[in-house]
Parts: sequence; C-alpha cells; structure tokens
Amino acid sequence: MRCNLITYLTSAGVRRRLLTAIGATALLASACAGEDADAPADDVEVEDDDIDDAPDGDDADVDADDGDADDGDAGAEDFPVTVTDARGVDVEIAERPERIVSLSPTHTEILFAIGADDQVIAVDDQSDYPDEAPMTDLSGFEPNIEAIADEDPDLVIAGFDPGEMADGLEGLGIDVLIFDTVGSLEEALDDYEATGRATGHAEAGEQLAADTMDQLEALAEEAPDEPLTYYHELDEFLYTSTSQTFIGEVYGLFGLENIADAADEDGSGFPQLSEEYIVEEDPDLIFLAGAGSSTPDEVADRPGWDTITAVQDGNLIEVDASISSRWGPRIVQFAETVRDAVDDAA
Amino acid sequence: MTGPRSRPADAPTPGSGASARPLLRATRAHPAVVLGAVAGLVVVVLAGTMIGAAELGAMAVARELLSGIPGIEVDSGLSERQQAILWQLRLPRVALGALVGAVLAISGAAYQGVFRNPLADPYLLGVAAGAGLGATIAVVYGTGSLAGVVVPVLAFVGALVGVGLTYVLGRAVTGVRSATTLILAGVAVAAFLTAIQTYLQQQNADVLREVWTWILGSLTRASWGQIGLLLPYTAVSVLVILLHRRLLDVLAVGEEEARTLGVRTGQVRLTVIIAASLGTAAAVAVSGLIGFVGIIVPHTVRLLAGTSYRVILPLSIVAGAAFLVLADLLARTVASPAELPIGVVTAFFGAPFFAVVLRTSRRLT
Repeated sequence: MRCNLITYLTSAGVRRRLLTAIGATALLASACAGEDADAPADDVEVEDDDIDDAPDGDDADVDADDGDADDGDAGAEDFPVTVTDARGVDVEIAERPERIVSLSPTHTEILFAIGADDQVIAVDDQSDYPDEAPMTDLSGFEPNIEAIADEDPDLVIAGFDPGEMADGLEGLGIDVLIFDTVGSLEEALDDYEATGRATGHAEAGEQLAADTMDQLEALAEEAPDEPLTYYHELDEFLYTSTSQTFIGEVYGLFGLENIADAADEDGSGFPQLSEEYIVEEDPDLIFLAGAGSSTPDEVADRPGWDTITAVQDGNLIEVDASISSRWGPRIVQFAETVRDAVDDAA
Repeated sequence: MTGPRSRPADAPTPGSGASARPLLRATRAHPAVVLGAVAGLVVVVLAGTMIGAAELGAMAVARELLSGIPGIEVDSGLSERQQAILWQLRLPRVALGALVGAVLAISGAAYQGVFRNPLADPYLLGVAAGAGLGATIAVVYGTGSLAGVVVPVLAFVGALVGVGLTYVLGRAVTGVRSATTLILAGVAVAAFLTAIQTYLQQQNADVLREVWTWILGSLTRASWGQIGLLLPYTAVSVLVILLHRRLLDVLAVGEEEARTLGVRTGQVRLTVIIAASLGTAAAVAVSGLIGFVGIIVPHTVRLLAGTSYRVILPLSIVAGAAFLVLADLLARTVASPAELPIGVVTAFFGAPFFAVVLRTSRRLT
C-alpha cells in the first residue's frame, strides 16, 4: 500500500506543482535573462568558479538573489528568503542555513553541485552521490523525526513527506522544504533554483539550471532525426515512464517516441504496461533502468521478446537507475547515455 | 441450498433418525449448475484468448488456434510477432490464471471445511506472511540475474515455513485437534513474519515497489515455464483435497460426531491442511498474493449449488479458474495497454461479496 501512497503523493504533488509552475517559469526566465552571454557550459561541478566571475545584473526580481551570494557569509544579507515548495507552502528562511539535512538523493546532488557542500551535515541512506556527501542511516522513505532533529539541522530538504514529518520538524523550529518528484525538466531546473535560493547560493542555482539546459540542448543538436521508438523499463513487472515525465523529456530531446503514452490516461506518468502490448509496439530501443532489474540477456530470453526489433538489433541499454531516476545535474550523463544509444541504433 | 435435496446414499449416516438432521446434503451438484460453471469457464477462457492489449482480431486468433492443432493447416494471417504474442504471452497467462484460480479456490474451500469457519482463506496459517517474507528476502538480497529465479523459490519455502511454524505452535499448545488454536497460532506467526518483512522493506526502501507489486499479486509475467513449475504441486494438492471430500462432509457435522463415526479428525485435518498449503504456496510463488479468490468462489458455489464438499470442491476448481481468468482479463484490458494490479480487481469484487457472506453466514456455518 505504501508504494501506492508514494505514487499518489507524487502525482498529487506534481499536479499542485504544475499550478505554481507558470509563475515559477516566468521567474526563471527573468532570472536567467541577464546571464545568457556569460554562462559557459562548463562542468557543473566547478560551480563556484563560474559564480565568482558572473556579473550580478539580474537582481530585479524575487525575494533575494543578490549577486555576491556565494561563499561563506557573503550571502547572509540576502536572507530572509521565501521559497515555495512542492506542498505549495511558502517557507520563509530567516538566515542562511548552515546545518542542512538532505533526505532526497536528487537534492543532495544539487546541493553539492551549487557549492553548498560545507553546509550539508547529513544526507539520507540513499544519497550515494557524490562520494563526499555525509551519508547517514537516516531514511527518506520512513523518516524518523527524532533522528533527524538529533542532527540539529536548521534546514531539512526532503523528496517526500509520508505524514507528519514537516509539521513535526517545523514544530521544533526547523525549516522544511518538501520537493516532490518533478513532472518535467523545467520543474527540475526550478528545483536547482529553489535549492540555491534557500541555501544562499541563488546565483549558483540559476547557473546550474542554465548550464544543464545548455548541455542538454547541445547534446540534442547532435541527435539524428531518426524517428525511433523506445521503452524505458523500471522493473520486471513492466512499470515504465511516459514522455510526460522528466525522464521522458530527456528521450524527447532526441526525438524518441515513447511507446507507453497510450497507457497513461490517468496521468501518473508511471504506468504498468501489458507485456503483449510492448511486444506488439515493437520498440527500437529498450532502456533498462531498474535497480537490480533484468539484464539485457534476461530480457532477450523472455518468451516472445525475441521478435522485438530492439532485441534483434541488440539495442538493450542498461541505464544507471541512480542517475536516471534523479533529476539532479547528472541528468546530463543520462542524456549522454541516450544519445550514445541513439547513435548506435541509427 | 437451491440444489435438489436427496438422501446421500454414500454419506456416512449416524443412524436412521438422521434424516431430519443437517447432515442431509445434496452430494451431487444440479446438472444445470455444473453445465453453467463449465460453460462459464469456456466462455471466459475464449474471451481471455481473443481479447488483449494487442489487437489480434478474434477470427485471426481462432484460425491461429486451429492451425496449432496437428494436421490442420490454416493461414491465420498473424505475423510472427503476433503469433508470439498469442502463444507465448497471452495463452500462458490465461492458463496460469485458470490454474492459480482453481488451486486458490479449492484450497480456500478446503480450509473452510477443515476449520469449519466461513472466513478461512488459503492465506490463513501464515502462508501469505511466510511467502511475503520469502519474496522480500529474495528481492532485497537477490542480485540482478538471480532475483527472478529466487523469488518464487523463496516465496514457496517461506509459505511452507509459515504453515510449519503455525502447526508447531498450535500443536505445542493443545495438539492439532482444536481448529481455533491453530488459527490463533496462525495469527501470531503471521504477525511475527510480517514484522520481519516490514523491517527488511524499511531497511531497503529502494525495492519497495517491487515487493509491493509482488504482494498485490500479478500474472503479468506468465510463461509456460511457470506453469510447468506449478502444475505438479497443484495436481497433487487438488487430488489429495478431492480424495478427502467425503471426510470433509463428515467433519462439517461436528468434531465429536465425526470422531464417533471413527474419523481420525486430527489426521484428516493435517493431511488436508498440508495439501491445501502446498498448492497455495506453489500458486503464491508464481503469482504473488492474489486475494479473495479463496473466499468468494467457494461461498458462491455454496450458495448456488449446495453445502456438501462433494459439490463445493470440484465446482470450486471450475469456478475459481473462471473467476481468475475473468479478473485477469479485466486487469489487463480495463486500462489497456496499462495493467491494473489483479489484486485490485479481485478485491473490488471480493470486498462487497464479503458483506454478503457475513449477512448470510448463519446459513453457511
């Protein structure tokens, strides 16, 4: 039942978030507008250097994202900031957080990419990237309020609230940001921005969003025009993601068509497909993106699957689930995997 | 009870005065009921074969099936891929649904007879909890290439361990004679095993969905190989239960009465429990925990055809097979090409039915 709960919360959250996305998009557009010229598409992990050089001519918009917001105490004067999270709650953060707990692997990656690493004191048991992230046995799925509070954080970032976690922590005077699974790349970039603003790295967050978009677009330009179809397998029960997810959007960059779209009338974005439908649709590419799911050989051995083009052509691609299921900056690596697969198949 | 009441010629009768007692049951189902059940099974199996997410066309499927009969050569017009869909995906799924439905239904009926409890189901006595724990261990610790093979094996082992623990615990208290003690032991064992399973799940949140998908039950990855694995266990299980159909009728009269008649109730109970658990464990291993079949089907049969186990058991096989094939047909076509968890479909029909069972339970016990 709990997985249903997660799915339900995720989809409900996505819908809520879509409502606020219009406003956030306008915000992002204005925030990035001044930086087009000086946003080198560098490796996202050397963010601080980029930021130091970046001029700060675009501070006309929101709560606080002044240019010097970078290292140490420099960002202190930007606070308080107000960040709207996936719950739709306006969270006011009075001071630059110095003791951040991240219960969301995606946001752990974002925090380290925007140079907030010194502020992160603990991350959950699934936050396995980057290596220097201070992994603990805190759980993001079954969060224990006492254990989290015991880290004495001033900001908790989570990907999911199973119940009363946010209320409980807020009752202890701890700021909480809940970021649900995003429904699109744009919302993913919003997350970079919001994470940046919440932690005193507003510029870096915007920069990361811009760089990531640039890199994705650069990759997409190399893509051939072949109209290939694909199936993205999440597990051996044939759960998949449609094109209406951030995962699907990455494939969409390369003009790939998702076979699962017809199956997703309820809009969850993650339907379970009928096996015979997959075989009938005959995808050109099959991406295996489940943690501990089937290997290409096992998929090829499934009854009936030997008639699928992807199997016959050997286009079964294993994708690192810890990359493709997260919408942090490593989404660029996922896009590279997809591009390579498309190149091979074309 | 709508069936004809006739004096059972071959039923054990405690005396001539018995004609007024509830022991008097129809021991043969009314031919119309049998015919209806079999016809229903044939219809849903045909529907299940014709209809699916891939649109093959009913006539093309019929021709393809004909061409599968040796000596008949018909061109179905199906492509090689469509043939693979029919023979390797759809047919095994229909067959697996029938097999699992049949064994769950007859096991449910057997449990209800053994425990004289209308709410007993095949997952009683720690079967479900044990299988769930086994599958969770397999999903959590099984590595990629092994997981698919290990899940059914460990689920099977877990189910048998669950029943075994229940039996040992129940026996340790009062001996196996008291059905209530055994059920209570099952509750304790199930709670304990579920606690371990939940702990493992919590420690490995990344596999949550896989575990839950399995627990909700699924025929999505049916194959002839699974049917081959399942068949021997179900055959033995069904056969043993059927051989005890008359003794279950005697047990239904009452523990004391049965013993007076020279029935070794403890032994009968144990044999039937082992057989039903074996069949259930095998079914659970390949299909997960598909709920409600074991309750809905025997009770429907009871309401329509009579209360003798000589009627209920064989009819439950047919009706259970038909019910699950139909439920699976709905599961894979209602949201086509997406799937619904089959447990959702069976529970959707099962839960309201439960209310009916409760309302009429005076007639059932």
